[in-house]
Amino acid sequence: MTVTAKPSTGSTDTGRLAAREDLVTLTIDDVEVSVPKGTLVIRAAELIGVAIPRFCDHPLLDPVGACRQCLVEVPDAGNGRGIPKPQASCTLEVAQGMVVKTQVSSPVADKAQHGNMEFLLINHPLDCPICDKGGECPLQNQAMSNGYGESRFTDVKRTYPKPVAISANVLLDRERCVLCARCTRFSEQVAGDPFISLIERGALQQVGIYEREPFQSYFSGNTIQICPVGALTSAEYRFRSRPFDLVSTPSVSEHDACGSAIRVDHRRGKVMRRQAGDDPEVNEEWITDKDRFAFAYGRGEDRLTRPLVREDGVLRPASWPEALDVAAEGLEKAVAGTRGEKVGVLVGGRLTLEDAYAYSKFARGVLGTNSIDFRARPHSAEEADFLAAAVAGTGRGVTYGDLETASSVLLVCLEPEEEAGAIFLRLRKAWRKQGLASWTLAPYRSRGAAKAGTTLVPTVPGAEAAWLDSWSAATGVALDAGSVLLVGERAAGLSGTLSAVLRLADRTGARVAWVPRRAGDRGAVEAGCLPNLLPGGRPVADPSARVDVASTWGIGSMPRHEGSDGDEMLVSAADGELAALVVGGVDPTDLADPAASLDGLERARFVVSLETRASLVTERADVVLPVSLMTERSGTFVDWEGRRRPFPAVLDAPNAMSDLRVLAALADALGRPLGFRKPEAALAELDELGPWEGARAAVPAFGPGEPARPGRDELVVATWRMGLDDSRALANEPYLAATARPAVARLSPATAAAHGVEVGADGLVEADVTLTNDRGELTLPLVVEPGMVDGAVWVPAKAPGRSVAEHLAVLPGDLVAVTVEPHVVEAAPRRAMPTDPITDPAVDDQGEGRAHRRDGDTGREAAS
Amino acid sequence: MTDPSTSSGQAVLTPVLTANWGDERAWKIGNYERRGGYSALRTALQMEPSEVVSVVKDSGLRGRGGAGFPTGMKWSFIPQDNPKPKYLVVNADESEPGTCKDIPLMMASPHTLVEGVIISAYAIRANTAFIYVRGEVLHVVRRLQQAVREAYSAGYCGPNVLGTGYDLEIIVHAGAGAYICGEETALLDSLEGRRGQPRLRPPFPAVAGLYASPTVINNVESIASVPSIIRNGAAWFSSMGTEKSKGMTIYSLSGHVTNPGQFEAPLGITLRELLGLAGGIREGHELKFWTPGGSSTPILMPEHLDVPLDYEGVAAQKSMLGTKALQCFDETTSVVRVVLRWTEFYKHESCGKCTPCREGTWWLVQILHRLEAGQGQEGDIDKLLDLCENILGRSFCALGDGATSPISSAIKYFRDEFEQGMHTPAWELFPYERSTVFVREPAGAQA
Repeated sequence: MTVTAKPSTGSTDTGRLAAREDLVTLTIDDVEVSVPKGTLVIRAAELIGVAIPRFCDHPLLDPVGACRQCLVEVPDAGNGRGIPKPQASCTLEVAQGMVVKTQVSSPVADKAQHGNMEFLLINHPLDCPICDKGGECPLQNQAMSNGYGESRFTDVKRTYPKPVAISANVLLDRERCVLCARCTRFSEQVAGDPFISLIERGALQQVGIYEREPFQSYFSGNTIQICPVGALTSAEYRFRSRPFDLVSTPSVSEHDACGSAIRVDHRRGKVMRRQAGDDPEVNEEWITDKDRFAFAYGRGEDRLTRPLVREDGVLRPASWPEALDVAAEGLEKAVAGTRGEKVGVLVGGRLTLEDAYAYSKFARGVLGTNSIDFRARPHSAEEADFLAAAVAGTGRGVTYGDLETASSVLLVCLEPEEEAGAIFLRLRKAWRKQGLASWTLAPYRSRGAAKAGTTLVPTVPGAEAAWLDSWSAATGVALDAGSVLLVGERAAGLSGTLSAVLRLADRTGARVAWVPRRAGDRGAVEAGCLPNLLPGGRPVADPSARVDVASTWGIGSMPRHEGSDGDEMLVSAADGELAALVVGGVDPTDLADPAASLDGLERARFVVSLETRASLVTERADVVLPVSLMTERSGTFVDWEGRRRPFPAVLDAPNAMSDLRVLAALADALGRPLGFRKPEAALAELDELGPWEGARAAVPAFGPGEPARPGRDELVVATWRMGLDDSRALANEPYLAATARPAVARLSPATAAAHGVEVGADGLVEADVTLTNDRGELTLPLVVEPGMVDGAVWVPAKAPGRSVAEHLAVLPGDLVAVTVEPHVVEAAPRRAMPTDPITDPAVDDQGEGRAHRRDGDTGREAAS
Repeated sequence: MTDPSTSSGQAVLTPVLTANWGDERAWKIGNYERRGGYSALRTALQMEPSEVVSVVKDSGLRGRGGAGFPTGMKWSFIPQDNPKPKYLVVNADESEPGTCKDIPLMMASPHTLVEGVIISAYAIRANTAFIYVRGEVLHVVRRLQQAVREAYSAGYCGPNVLGTGYDLEIIVHAGAGAYICGEETALLDSLEGRRGQPRLRPPFPAVAGLYASPTVINNVESIASVPSIIRNGAAWFSSMGTEKSKGMTIYSLSGHVTNPGQFEAPLGITLRELLGLAGGIREGHELKFWTPGGSSTPILMPEHLDVPLDYEGVAAQKSMLGTKALQCFDETTSVVRVVLRWTEFYKHESCGKCTPCREGTWWLVQILHRLEAGQGQEGDIDKLLDLCENILGRSFCALGDGATSPISSAIKYFRDEFEQGMHTPAWELFPYERSTVFVREPAGAQA
């Protein structure tokens, strides 16, 4: 029975595949099939259309063979001898000449499966009518297809009190569990967060957590989705709807730049839940909890439904025609007075490629300005040059697959677990499966870095460029053409870093990928939402690029000079020099100096705000134009790879207009039409324009910045955004917010000691760290971090109520004065858990609230 | 422990492992050495490790833990080109109901095991050996620790054993009381500090066992037999026993026997001969049924009294030699009750990893409870048999299979008694106080 001796009985592909050397041919249910060596029998059977029932088996988890549902008969193991016992096809690798009989052709296998199914159901409550999983349940489905119609079990079932909250998010009904260990294996293998485990034994075996350590993982929701029964449910979705009442629409997550495929399940115009989509090239089958649970942000009282116009200093509802007229009049006045040079457009990085393109064209073609910037976060001119030279218009670059096959990966100013969950999971997978070597330039080795096997290159913020410029000599690690440099958005604020990344890539041949944090960032770069860039990576400074765009747009002339970036616009607004600002999707507290930014918005002479929800911007706007939620619009995100991720509108909202549609109406009112009203037309125009083929913008050549020189009691600030923090996207989702990591300040042991901290024998310290500068102060509980670089203090960038930008307005690499104050606290549980998340949804920010109270206590202690 | 000198069939016995059990303080190293203890170690250390393996291979020693796999062959599976350290692990987690041979051996003469450990570790070129002892037997754990300490002091283990340059660390590890940890891969998980649950095979322990390194796991008695083989030669060992089951072994007789205890005899002895040594079934009673090798082996009947108790002989009767734990039950015994007690043990000890064993034992116990109480339902007996069929060969490890053996074999021989469970409680058919060994007078109502 060789591959070549017999014509294939399968598809014509089989013959082509047979030419590959590593193929193994076996016979399953009398059908010959050739599969790559190492394939499991259960998957080989799928290829001939035989679905062997299974529970513990999952293609992305290591085989375990625990549930015994997938038993098959093996009359010939490939060596001429049969295997006497039925075999679990999920752990059995194919062998040349093997003969397998599944339930289709073997009465023995069929009985084994029926018998096993009967066993699984004896202790299952059979409460399908009230179970979330009922209707989409592998246990239910396979009990129908491979089980007896009636049970012979007339005895007493195992029961438990229900449910158990294993985190604020995830609830466990132990009596429904079939103990397949998918959830525990996912947590251990894929996410690297082994907070749940099987405990006890026999029929009393159950999924459990350590008493004081809830299931604190950014990826916990995936366990709910892969649970083959209704044992794991989410606090947010439990008992809310039935699967057969839901309409599913494939979509793409709006929460990070990973482009993760999701499935949005909705009912009667309301999103009920989100599930991971299945995209092997991107997020495989996993998404972050933020992707899964954070979708209620548009449901609050703050949702804008009608246009608002400021009259006598107060915003009042207005009709669309009136609001558009007021906005058009104000913008026209501003444009006419300054020939477009004193107007600006701020567009956050959360919009689709099409919306961003509409803003880009609106700025240039309608307002006549290049002052447009999507970077609603700390940014720099060096970054704009970097994006123009190395990112814009380069198409798809480094991919997820490339990360798995890379010879090595160097992370610069990037914490994948916090900023780009799907990248983190790929890096961890690559490390586990291929032994990928990776390094990170960071002040300390974060949990995420440890879980991906990433080696720390201890770096005080500001020293990145120096490390990169002396990389091989300093670290002894050689990078090559197979290496990948992943650089995050934080690099923008650390002068010289981005230039040094490009220099290192140039020296070693390594490839560079820029990993922004927001879903719309890369699309905004492609659309030209930058003062120095036109769509498709065209440099504003290049006359032929301007001609290129002008001719496609059919307009006479383009603004010639590079515009102002976001910070410059807000500074000139604060100086009263800016005549008008158009702002879409910007949260001023994300900017480097929120107070100054708000001041700028306050003093700008005319502000038009396009927003979904009332915000600090709409409060200061003259005209507020409400736009649709992401679920209500279609469009395209461009992920960090440069891969386009189109998605359709999930909900029908006839009255809601996207940014693009509103801008088109505004342009009409201004008498200079945008030329499109729908995302499809916008995308077609962008594609017609195509990527720039002329000379690329020059590579930025900034040298390493001056290292900070801390004075007495001063430390260098290290900070980044956490995956779950004070983000507006988490609004109205208390269960998710309750799983955020506690906000702490980190110091190295030596730095802590220099500040008078004595670490107890148990390694614990009870102290508060206070960061102070001329803007204000920020206090957080201290964690002494072994292996952390000396001379720096790490704090989360935007913990609820503890925003670094709002309190201190500092960036990584800046200096702050630091004091450490030991404090006395009553013994309190390390992390409070909601007692009953079903009846007590008020679980938000427990950790934070406690921290605040503790601060108060400390104050009193110190005073007394 | 039985002193063989008092029994009639002394000639049949071949005390080797048990020879010194009656000695004064047999567990002390000096007393062990006076009997020639540790001389085999000196001999072995003069040999090449591969020679030691050959001798054990030639002796025909088969695993005494139940499966009967040739010990020398198991050793030769250890890849010698693997750069990882090699480990010897002794399975001393004796927990099978009825089995009582390893614990008395370690209690009486721990140095027999320790000497065997050192020779065996040397043979497979391991520098670390673990003895995984059942946690409940604290006295044995202490005695073993003391013996290992003595061996270290005497230079038999530790760095540079007897000046040969060979280093060996021996670690006595107490389990936490789980039957499953007698399954070799679950034992490894437990030893590594995890929950004891069986591992997927392949990879087999010989390739990736303890800490993913090549590992040999042997039963206490197998390892304890090694010094005698080295001392007396492979031919001496294989002169005992039968064609495919060589050597002597410890049979433990328990239950309704006049003088229960351990009897060391060549493989192939019969229960009739052993009962002769043990003074027969207790006076005034007769044998009803017995297990050849612990509760996991299908029961046998009085008609099997002359079956040779070697691997092949017992297998020919559709049972297994197992651990040679001969539990004898007389006619006062309710089979249903015995089977229920055993099944309750398997339910309690099921690790929970796989469905058939976990759920099956939960179910079987409930049916057997009914039958014991005389409240059986129509079809219960066939249901028991069918459930056993659905567990046997479908579970993850062999312990699930073992849970079915007593039930299906008991129904095979005593179906009538199970049928009576449809209407009459077992305690009425077989008043329980009558089968109690230690209480001669009626002890009142059953529990």
